[in-house]
Amino acid sequence: MGGGFADSLRAAWVLLTGFDARLAEIVGLSLGVSASACALAAGFGMAAGAWLGVVRFAGHRAAVAALNTLLALPSVVVGLAVYLLLSRSGPLGSLGILFTPRAMVVAQTILVLPVVAALTRQLIADAWRGNGEQLRSMGAGTLASAVLLLLHERLALVTVLLTAFGRAVSEVGAVMIVGGNIDGVTRVMTTAIALETSKGDLPLALGLGIVLLTLVGAINAAIALVQRQQGAHAQAVAK
Amino acid sequence: MALNDVAVHFGAVTALSGVNFMLRPGERVALVGANGSGKTTLLRLLHGQLAHDGERRAALDAQGREPTQAMVFQRPFLLRLSVWNNLMVALWLARVPRGERAALATQALARVGLAMQRDRPARVLSGGQQQRLALARAWAVRPRVLFLDEPTASLDPGAKREVEQLIAEFAQEGMAVVMSTHNLGQAKRLATRVVYLEGGRLIVDLPTTDFFNRPLPEPAASFVKGELVWPM
Repeated sequence: MGGGFADSLRAAWVLLTGFDARLAEIVGLSLGVSASACALAAGFGMAAGAWLGVVRFAGHRAAVAALNTLLALPSVVVGLAVYLLLSRSGPLGSLGILFTPRAMVVAQTILVLPVVAALTRQLIADAWRGNGEQLRSMGAGTLASAVLLLLHERLALVTVLLTAFGRAVSEVGAVMIVGGNIDGVTRVMTTAIALETSKGDLPLALGLGIVLLTLVGAINAAIALVQRQQGAHAQAVAK
Repeated sequence: MALNDVAVHFGAVTALSGVNFMLRPGERVALVGANGSGKTTLLRLLHGQLAHDGERRAALDAQGREPTQAMVFQRPFLLRLSVWNNLMVALWLARVPRGERAALATQALARVGLAMQRDRPARVLSGGQQQRLALARAWAVRPRVLFLDEPTASLDPGAKREVEQLIAEFAQEGMAVVMSTHNLGQAKRLATRVVYLEGGRLIVDLPTTDFFNRPLPEPAASFVKGELVWPM
C-alpha cells in the first residue's frame, strides 16, 4: 500500500516535471472555466452585493438571509438545475451548450455568484454603516455610494474573488453533471481525479491532485498577501 | 436657514424637541453642551440629513435650490484614493462641471496647505492633514454654509491650531459656520454666537460676548464653569 502510494507519487512527479500535454490541457481548461465563471460572477455579484449593502427596503432582511443561505448551495444541485435548463427538452436546450465548457462556466457562475454577492454585501454594508452619512452629506445617492464603496474596498474585494475562485476550481459535482467529463473537451482537474481514481490510474489522479492543491495553496497565499497589505494599510491609517 | 419648533426622534428616543433656531448669512455659531445634549443631531438636522417634525426652512436661490452646504465630521471619511482623487470625487458628487474640477481642486489644496501631498494616499496623512483635506473638500464646493462636527476633537494642539486658523479664514470669506464643540475656548475664539443645548433642548442662544460675560441659567452656568452636567 505504502509502496503503491510512493510509486504513484513518483509517477505524478514525472508527469508534473515532464510538462505532460494531457495534464496541461486539463489544468488549462480548469483555470479557464473557473476564471470565466469568477469574472461573470464578479460583474453581477459585486453589483448586487453593493446594492444590497447600501439600500434598505421592505424584505431586505429576508433577501440577505436568502443570499447567505445560498452560500451553502450544493454543487450537485446547481449541476442538476443547469442540466435541466440546458438539456434538449429544457427551456434553454436550443442553445446546445450542454456538455461543453460553456455549460460548465454557467454552472460555476451560479455556484460562486452567491459567494461574491454575500461577501461583497457584508463588506459594503459595514463600510456604509460607518461612512454612509458622510457620503450622503457630500451628495452621494445610492448608486454613487455603492460605486465609491466598491472602489474604497477594492483590496478586500480581491480576497472575495480569490475565495470564489477557490470554490469554483475545487468543485466537482456541477461540472461533472453539465460537462460530462469528456476527454479533451470538458475534462477538468476535479472530474479527471474522480475518473482516474476509479480507473486505478493513480499517478495521473495524484498529479492532478497535487496541481489542484498547489493552486488552492497559491490562492490562499495570495489571500494572505492581500490581507497583510490591508493590515499594513490599516496600521498606517491608525498612525 | 431657520428651524421652527422642530423635534427629532430616533425610535422611542427624543433627540431634539421644541427647537427654534435662525442662521443668518456669515454668522459663526458654536453649539455647546454635554455629550448627548443634541449638538450633532442639530447639525445633521440643519444639514438636511434627518427626518423631523416641525419646520425647517432655507432661503432658496434663483433656481429654487437650498444654499450650497458642506459638513466636516470629527473623523472624516476619506476614500482609499489619493488626496487629489478624494477632492475630485467630492467635486463630482457636488455636480461641479467636469471642466472646472481640476482648477477648484488645485485651489482647495493650496488653500489648506496640502498642495505637496496631492499624490499621496489620503488615508496615510496625519490626523491634522486628514482634517485639512476634509476642510479642502468642503471649501472646494464653495458652500454658503459650513457645518463642523467637533472638527478638532481628536487632534493634537498643533493640528488643532491649524484647523482653527482655516475655519476662521473660511468664515472671514463670508460663509456661515455652525460648529459643535466641547472646547469653550474654541467657541470663544471662533464664534460670534453660542448656543447651549441640554437634553435635546436649546437652552441658551446668545452672542459670544454675552454668553461668556452675562449670568446664565443654571445648567449652562455650571457647564461654562466646567462642572459636569449630566443629560436628564
